[in-house]
Amino acid sequence: MRKLLFQSLAQMSLTEPAPSVDDAALAEIGAALAQTTRRRLGRSLSIREVDAGSCNGCELEIHALGNAYYDLERFGLRFVASPRHADVLLVTGPVTRNMRMALERTYHATPNPKWVVAVGDCARDGGCFAGSYAVVGGVAAVVPVDLHIAGCPPPPLEILRGLLALLETAATAKT
Amino acid sequence: MAGLHEFLRKGGIAPGHRPWPRAVVTAKIWNEAIAGLAGGQWQLLGLWGEPDHIHMALRDDADETIGIVSLDCEGRRYPSVALHHPPALRLERAARDLFGLEPVGLPDPRGWLDHGNWDVRHPLAVKPDPTPIDKAYAFLPIEGDGLHQIPVGPVHAGIIEPGHFRFTANGETVVRLEQRLGYVHKGIEGLMAGATLEAAGKLAARTSGDSTAAYGFAFARAVEAALGVEAPPRATHLRALMAELERIANHLGDFGAICNDASFALMQAHCAVLREKVLRAAQAAFGHRLMRDRIVPGGVTADIGSDGIAAIRALVNDIKAPFPALVELYDNTASLQDRTVTTGSVKPHLTRQYAPGGYVGRASGRAFDVRRNLPYAPYDRLIFEVPVLESGDVNARVWIRIREIEQSLSLIAQLLDTLPQGAARIDLPTAREPCEGMALVEGFRGDILVWLRLDAGSRVARCHLRDPSWFQWPLLEAAIEDNIVADFPLCNKSFNCSYSGHDL
Repeated sequence: MRKLLFQSLAQMSLTEPAPSVDDAALAEIGAALAQTTRRRLGRSLSIREVDAGSCNGCELEIHALGNAYYDLERFGLRFVASPRHADVLLVTGPVTRNMRMALERTYHATPNPKWVVAVGDCARDGGCFAGSYAVVGGVAAVVPVDLHIAGCPPPPLEILRGLLALLETAATAKT
Repeated sequence: MAGLHEFLRKGGIAPGHRPWPRAVVTAKIWNEAIAGLAGGQWQLLGLWGEPDHIHMALRDDADETIGIVSLDCEGRRYPSVALHHPPALRLERAARDLFGLEPVGLPDPRGWLDHGNWDVRHPLAVKPDPTPIDKAYAFLPIEGDGLHQIPVGPVHAGIIEPGHFRFTANGETVVRLEQRLGYVHKGIEGLMAGATLEAAGKLAARTSGDSTAAYGFAFARAVEAALGVEAPPRATHLRALMAELERIANHLGDFGAICNDASFALMQAHCAVLREKVLRAAQAAFGHRLMRDRIVPGGVTADIGSDGIAAIRALVNDIKAPFPALVELYDNTASLQDRTVTTGSVKPHLTRQYAPGGYVGRASGRAFDVRRNLPYAPYDRLIFEVPVLESGDVNARVWIRIREIEQSLSLIAQLLDTLPQGAARIDLPTAREPCEGMALVEGFRGDILVWLRLDAGSRVARCHLRDPSWFQWPLLEAAIEDNIVADFPLCNKSFNCSYSGHDL
């Protein structure tokens, strides 16, 4: 283990650098995200993820936000284990009838001010599952949604971009 | 009892079912099939309903034959398989919820996928009942001193899928885990009925997102079997390439996450980097990080270019170089092994009975991998080993994944070295009369079964998708017994069952 740790110390960081030359988009998001978040909520924004019926594809990409390339936490964004600790609900999937109550309860357990971000094409309108006897529809059919992030699933970069857009909307609409 | 093929001849062989025979049987023969399962002669591969029929897929491991038996359900009743063979229990409860087929003697009459939240009862029956079932659900009763219960979910603490776990513990020791699933039931099989091949393929690819390539592969093979066509050689190579990339990505994710659940975050950090490299290579080669909707009936939608090939070759080296050090780290960290060795053991008799696929089966002595046992193109021409261990604990499931990552890297190199030229997709003929097909494909989690019937005109009349998790979830209930509550995350992650794939 010591060898591996020493190697990591000597190795260049994998994290996409904030002012990246290769990937200007991520750098732009990173800088803007940090500024806006700080203005509204000090230095942090706590996110509770809720799978309301997803195929688990979106979960894989949300997970990826934590890897060394995207390193979500450097922006002051972090995932929390309880809705009681959350500012943002990140909801995936078409909302199934069997998850409707759990989503409502999670929403009501989240203190104000709070925002809901619907992630993925299914979360917008039910996607290819719309019309099923077992599906309510998109997330907005159950709880108020502040932002939709499109994609099947949206890549991590798109999810980051979406969180930035939310912060800007929230700053003007809810203050 | 006779071999499976001989047994099937006792029924009427259904015409137009490929590649394995389907026999329409009487109740007497159905009961004989149940006896064959209960006696351990055959293994249950799946059980699914239609409005007036019940089907089950069987495997005879003595001579590696597969067959389906189908029973007309007079009065929408049939003799319960689960009464004598418990692995069928949840499948029968699910088929009952969807079609209203009553398994006579069913040991557990509670709803499974139906939680009482749908507007109708038996949504896939010819005439759904407009009165929903009762929302109340009676968990198994507990009796005894010093027992307490810990209810968890459906919304869990991590970024994972929803399901409910009801732990009964005595102090720190789990004496029973009862699972309740069905929260992410989307009605996929209902949406499939009457869908075009394109729409149905999209649904299949969204059954379990982590296995989207494997599901696409299985669905495509089932359609091709029904239509009696083969995808071109270049397409089958590219399909396998995607399937192996998917396997490596998931195994890397699991390897890191299992260690992380023992608070060994370093492994998670390294594995997550490698996983991200796989997804980026997949994006470069096939235009999508998870390779969704790339495998379709008739071939693949995304042919690979020279840049893609270079990206995947670079990826293989990028994983091969650092991976041995990570394996060594796992092997030499006593505090980590202390958590994984002898934890969450699956007992051999349960492995024989449930016949779980994937790393759950192979870590507890079941030498079954569809790529080897029932080889399909291109695996019939590739060289690889199927690792098998006996101990059945978390540690064994970790090692199976490690060995499979190594095998998949070798497979990817072979696939690239032998990639045939030519078309990557063919036009499919339109079915002139109803036809049926079945496929088994080895996803990262285990064998995925797809069975379907196409109408004249190639629309899907009925499609059943059986996730490997169906035979793994019940074993997780058994494996956690006598372990401490704090070891549940480790056990759970080492199984990594699909909720969405199971709930459909």
